[in-house]
Amino acid sequence: MAVLNKPPVTGAGRFNGVLTWVDQRFPLVRMWNEQLAQYYAPKNFNFWYYFGSLALLVLVIQITSGIFLTMNYKPDAASAFASVEYIMRDVPGGWFIRYVHSTGASMFFVCVYLHMVRGLMYGSYRKPRELIWIFGVMIYLALMGEAFFGYLLPWGQMSYWGAQVIINLFGTIPFIGEPLAIWIRGDYNVSDATLNRFFALHVIALPLVLLGLVAAHLTALHEVGSSNPDGVEIYDDIDPASGHPRDGIPMHPYYTIKDLLGVAVFLIVFASIVFFTPEMGGYFLEANNFIPADPLKTPPHIAPVWYFTPFYAMLRAIPPMFQSQFPGVAVMGAATMILFLVPWLDRGRVKSIRYRGPKYKAWFTIFVISFLLLGYLGVEPTTVWGEFSKGLPIVGGDYIALWVARVLTVFYFGFFLLMPWYTANDREKPQPKRVVW
Amino acid sequence: MRNLLAIVLVALTLPALAEEGGPQLERAPIDPHDRISLQRGAQIFVNHCLNCHSASLMRYARLEDLGLSEAEIRDNLMFTTDKVGDTMTTAMDTKIAKAAFGVVPPDLSLIGRSRSPDWLYSYLRGFYRDPATKTGWNNTVFPNVSMPHVLSEQQGVQGLEVTRRMDEETGDAKVTTRLVMERPGSMKPVEYDHYVADLVNYLAYMGEPAQQSRRHWGILVLFVLAGFYVLTAMLKKEYWKDVR
Repeated sequence: MAVLNKPPVTGAGRFNGVLTWVDQRFPLVRMWNEQLAQYYAPKNFNFWYYFGSLALLVLVIQITSGIFLTMNYKPDAASAFASVEYIMRDVPGGWFIRYVHSTGASMFFVCVYLHMVRGLMYGSYRKPRELIWIFGVMIYLALMGEAFFGYLLPWGQMSYWGAQVIINLFGTIPFIGEPLAIWIRGDYNVSDATLNRFFALHVIALPLVLLGLVAAHLTALHEVGSSNPDGVEIYDDIDPASGHPRDGIPMHPYYTIKDLLGVAVFLIVFASIVFFTPEMGGYFLEANNFIPADPLKTPPHIAPVWYFTPFYAMLRAIPPMFQSQFPGVAVMGAATMILFLVPWLDRGRVKSIRYRGPKYKAWFTIFVISFLLLGYLGVEPTTVWGEFSKGLPIVGGDYIALWVARVLTVFYFGFFLLMPWYTANDREKPQPKRVVW
Repeated sequence: MRNLLAIVLVALTLPALAEEGGPQLERAPIDPHDRISLQRGAQIFVNHCLNCHSASLMRYARLEDLGLSEAEIRDNLMFTTDKVGDTMTTAMDTKIAKAAFGVVPPDLSLIGRSRSPDWLYSYLRGFYRDPATKTGWNNTVFPNVSMPHVLSEQQGVQGLEVTRRMDEETGDAKVTTRLVMERPGSMKPVEYDHYVADLVNYLAYMGEPAQQSRRHWGILVLFVLAGFYVLTAMLKKEYWKDVR
């Protein structure tokens, strides 16, 4: 009997007995040690390393607030809009739950974007962490789906027309497009049928996928261990006396407590938005979405929520070819899919931006600027910067913002597609053997 | 890297300053803490707006937020129902409304959020005579609006004065417009502005009745979180003091 071979749990005071009972039937102590108390992480994590645990926190916040919203929301085209306002007005504390959920949606993307920039900056996707990165990109894609499905549920004008525009993008795919779009909508237009299925996908299907992917992401991470701002592999330097990495500290209590500090700061920011500016100047909740969906009245300016706008700007930048918008849609799809290839595009010898050469640093800067500017342009109508004067060659009479977006799209792809070349022969600095903070 | 970041920040703010199309909006002088103003606004709303517009998400009982008792609400503000738990529906039939105005007057429950208070304030002060339209009214903020000027008795009748001026250097024609009072109403312009501000204050409140309580809770929550921050900061310092 294996039960008898396990030593009793110690150090838990009066709980020793019950924990021993559990541990003899469940790998409690082993899991605790492997994942927390004996899991060594590099000791030099900086500011950028908070956002993984914060993204996990937001996931929990979204699931919890989502459960309570679901208790009062009605996924029915005739009553969805009013049921959200019922939550805002008549359900005790309903406004709090709703604002937490709407703020959480945007803050999820804030955390995930910063987490991804961290990964790019410090080469967190490099061997042996390729699979962590791949699971991460899949989480990002699932999150975009989750946000898109959820955005339809309030059934406001922006919900409705945003969904209409995005689903029509699938309709541009040659041959299968139109039937595919009808299959997604369950109708020829966004309608009650669409709302019902989006509700199902939003509250159960995608959350399950997300939880599974997060589990895979963390399992892969704890298999190979965390990278760090210096790109040093801490397990290459084990202290023979203790048997643990010299540059590592146990996840618990060091990082559990440090992350708790991050949680405190994050919650202060989060609560400030929820209680004092839940609309966030129209970026988190749009004014047009306080008008009930009207299938007969197209709003003059349809823009997606801020976290989609870089890709939306790319879509608009690509001109239709052969009377089809598909090239723009393909570029938009490629812009997200290309992230999967990053671990194999990077041929640098160092991981961290600290020791990269000038070429990588220049490209990385261009990439970040392009992404931010594309995000800005995606919020605005293409007329925002006016037109080129008629006399100019090629661009004459076109919108300036359109051409800027085109150039930025080229830069965005250039960062990835040229990576094998500019990282291969860059003037890198030597990577240290031990972490230098 | 720093310089480039600075350039990005400048590039992101410049266009935001450069744009701003549409009509110039007047800042609405409203104060969500002013209960008297909100009560007056509610009175104006039920007397003038609710004849054609509904506020179907707003319950009469909720007006207790504004410091009114149930009896006060029942006696002074309820014309379409006798149940204080009912929402503010309108007596006007939608078919008749459509025939009269060409559109069904929109529900105003959330108008304070879908349109800004500044927009509403400018709109309600921007009506002028225009014989070219069906109702005889036009608006500087909402051109060719279907709604007639319901408050013309209070404000009076304005006209739009158009001046065309030739720019001496470029030769371009510059058109400027100005509202002028043609026939004064029962209120002086200053009085009317206050009157409209009260109404807009109420509309903004009705768009989000929880606004006041969310701010109160917010201050409390931030205090608690500040305490939590201090605690975790001390804990982190204590645990990390031997990490080098």
